[in-house]
Amino acid sequence: MADASMVSPAKKTGRAFSIRKQTGFTTMAIVCFFLLYAPLLPLVFYSFNAGTSLAFFEGFSFRWYVAAWNNDLVIDATIRSVYLAAAASSIATVLATMAALGTTRTKPYKGLTAIYVMINQPLMVPEIVTAVALLILFASIKAATNYHGMAYLIIAHTAFCIPFAYLPIRARLEGMDLSLETAAADLYATPWLTFRRVTFPLLWPGILAGMMLAFVISLDDVVITELVKSSGQDTLPTYMLGQLRRAITPEVNAISSVLLAVSVIMVTIFFFLNRKSS
Amino acid sequence: MVSSVKSSAGAGKSKTTKTKSSPQEIAIDALHVTKIYRGDTDVLALDDVSVQIRKNEFFTLLGPSGCGKTTLLRLIAGFEHPTAGMITLEGEDISLLPPYQRPVNTVFQSYALFPHMSVAENIGFGLEMLGKPKSEIDRTVDNMLELVKMTELKNRQTSQISGGQQQRVALARALAPRPKVLLLDEPLSALDLKLRKQMQIELKRLQHETGITFVFVTHDQEEALTMSDRVAVMSEGNILQVGPPREIYDHPAERFVANFIGDTNFITAGLVSIGKSSAKVKLPSGKTVAAALPQGGISKSDAKGKVTVVIRPEHARIGKAASNSTLSGTLQNIVYIGTDTHYHLELPKGDIFIIRSQNQRDFEESHRVGKKYGIEIGPGAVQVLRD
Ligand SMILES: Nc1ncnc2c1ncn2[C@@H]1O[C@H](COP(=O)(O)OP(=O)(O)O)[C@@H](O)[C@H]1O
Ligand SMILES: [Mg+2]
Repeated sequence: MADASMVSPAKKTGRAFSIRKQTGFTTMAIVCFFLLYAPLLPLVFYSFNAGTSLAFFEGFSFRWYVAAWNNDLVIDATIRSVYLAAAASSIATVLATMAALGTTRTKPYKGLTAIYVMINQPLMVPEIVTAVALLILFASIKAATNYHGMAYLIIAHTAFCIPFAYLPIRARLEGMDLSLETAAADLYATPWLTFRRVTFPLLWPGILAGMMLAFVISLDDVVITELVKSSGQDTLPTYMLGQLRRAITPEVNAISSVLLAVSVIMVTIFFFLNRKSS
Repeated sequence: MVSSVKSSAGAGKSKTTKTKSSPQEIAIDALHVTKIYRGDTDVLALDDVSVQIRKNEFFTLLGPSGCGKTTLLRLIAGFEHPTAGMITLEGEDISLLPPYQRPVNTVFQSYALFPHMSVAENIGFGLEMLGKPKSEIDRTVDNMLELVKMTELKNRQTSQISGGQQQRVALARALAPRPKVLLLDEPLSALDLKLRKQMQIELKRLQHETGITFVFVTHDQEEALTMSDRVAVMSEGNILQVGPPREIYDHPAERFVANFIGDTNFITAGLVSIGKSSAKVKLPSGKTVAAALPQGGISKSDAKGKVTVVIRPEHARIGKAASNSTLSGTLQNIVYIGTDTHYHLELPKGDIFIIRSQNQRDFEESHRVGKKYGIEIGPGAVQVLRD
C-alpha cells in the first residue's frame, strides 16, 4: 500500500500545469517503478529454481513450493496468519465503520479533528515504538494473568488495522449523496432502518475494501507480531524471518512469492472495489 | 440521522396540541419561524416568518437563490428545526417531530432516488417503512406507476432511466404514502425547457387528481405564476407578499416583488389623497390619476407625501403627444421581439419608461425614434408600493 501511495501523482493547483511536461519527470517515474519492482523479480525467479542456490538457476521446478507445502511449520504459521488476519481485520472493520459513521454522519463537533488524528495514530507512530509499547504492556498482563493465548496478537493487529479499514470506508461515506439518507428519513425510515436499508447497502463496497486492506496489512506484519507473540505463535512472516537467520533456501522465496501473489490479488480487488464506489 | 423525539407509531400518530383557530382549513401554519444556521458566522436564513398554507392548494415559494426557500421547506419536512417559532400541520405542533414521523413527503431537487433499488422498490419504500402489507404496497405502487405513466419501467434500475423519468419516479415515491403535504424543491430546474413545460402541466394535474397540498419551490417567476393557486414571494429570509398569481402580478406591494415578477416601470409620484383601497397620486407630468393601494395600505406619514408607483409595460399604450397625455416622453428605442414590440421612452426627468405592445400580423411600424409621444395609461393600471 505504501508503495502505491508513493507513486500516486502529486496534486498540483495550476490549471495549465502538467507535471508530465517537466523535464526528467518521466525518467524519474520509470526509475521509481524500477526500484519498486526490480527486487521482486529475482525473488520470484529463484523460487522456481530446481537447485538450492540463490545465485545459479539450475532449471525450472516447483520443488520449493512442494517443500513449503509439506513443511508442517509453514502450514501451521500460514493457518495462524490467516486466522489472525481474519480476526483482526473483521474486528477492525466493525470498529472502523462505527468510527467512520461517527465522523461523517454527525454535525461537526468539537474535537472532531482530534478524533481523526487519534484514529490515524498507527499511521504516524513508528511501528517499532508501538511494538515496544505493546511488548511492555502485554508482558505485565501476561505475568499477572498467566494467559499466553492469541488475544494479544489479535488486539495488537486490530489496533494497527483500524486506520487502513477506516480510510476507504470514510471516503465512501463522504462520497455518498447525503440526500439519500434524508430521503429515507422523509419516507418514514427510522435512523436504524435508514442505516440498514440505505446507508449500509451503499457502503458495503467500502467496508469490504477496508476489510481487505486491513487483512493484507495484518498478514504482512512483522515488527509488532515479532515482539508481541508468545513462543510457538509464529505467523508466516515471523517464521520466514526466523528461517532467514539460518541457511537461506529458495523455500523462503516460494513462500514470499505466494504471500506476494495473495497481497497483489487482494490490493487489486481493493482498488477495483474503490473504483466502483466512485 | 438526528433523532430527537422518541417514536411512538407511524407517521401522523404523534401527540397533538390543537390550536384554537379553525385548523380544518389550514394545512401548514408557520408561526414566527426564525432559523439561524450556527457556524463560524451565523446565517439568518429565515427572519420571523409567518405563513399559512391551505389544505389542497398549490402553494409556491418564489424568490431568488439564497432567500431561504429550501430552509422553509426543510423546516416543514423536519430536516431542520426552527431556532424560534412553531410549525403546525392541521393544527398539530410538528416543530419537534423528526422527519420520519411527519406525514409530509419531499421531492428532492437531486431526486435522491435509491440507486440500489428498482423503480418499483423506490416507490414502495415509504409504504414499506410504514409497515403496510405487501399486497397494499404492490397495489399502490401500480397505481402510482400508472399515475405518472411509468408502468413499463417498473423493474428498471434507477440508473437506467432518463432524467425526466427519474423525476416522475421521485414524484411517485413521494406521493405513494399519501402525505398530507407534498414538498417540491425546484423539481423542474434540471429539466430542459420543453420537458419542464410538460412537467408543469403534469404537476398541476397530479395535484388536482390527488387532492394533496403541494408546496412548490422555484426561482422562476413564470413557473410560479402558471402553476400556483397562491404564491409567496421571498427575499432575504422574509416573505414579502402572499397571494394568488394575479394579485401578486397586478398589485405588487413592494418594490422587490414588482421588480422580481415581470417588467415594471417605477415612477415617483406625489400623494394627493388617500382612500380606503385607492389613492390619488400626482405623476411627474402634473396629471393626477387614481392608483390602487397595496393590501394593508400605506400610512401617509411614512410616505411623506412621496410614493413609488408601478405601471406594467403592457398596461400602457403609446399615443400622439398631447397636452392631456398621462405621461409623455421621447422615443429612444424600438425593440421588436416577435409577439410584442417594446418602446423605450425617455421621460422629461431622464427616466426610461417601457411600453409593451402586442403585435398584429403584417403590422407596419409607424413610430419614429427621437420623436415625442404620449403615454396613455388605462384605468386601474397604477399601483402604489408600500415603501
Ligand atoms: N446548512 C447550512 N448551513 C449554513 N448556512 C446555510 C445552510 N443552508 C442554507 N444556508 C444559508 O441560508 C440561506 C438560505 O438558504 P436556502 O434556504 O438554501 O435558500 P434558497 O433555497 O432560497 O436558495 C443562504 O444564505 C444559505 O447560504
Ligand atoms: Mg434552494
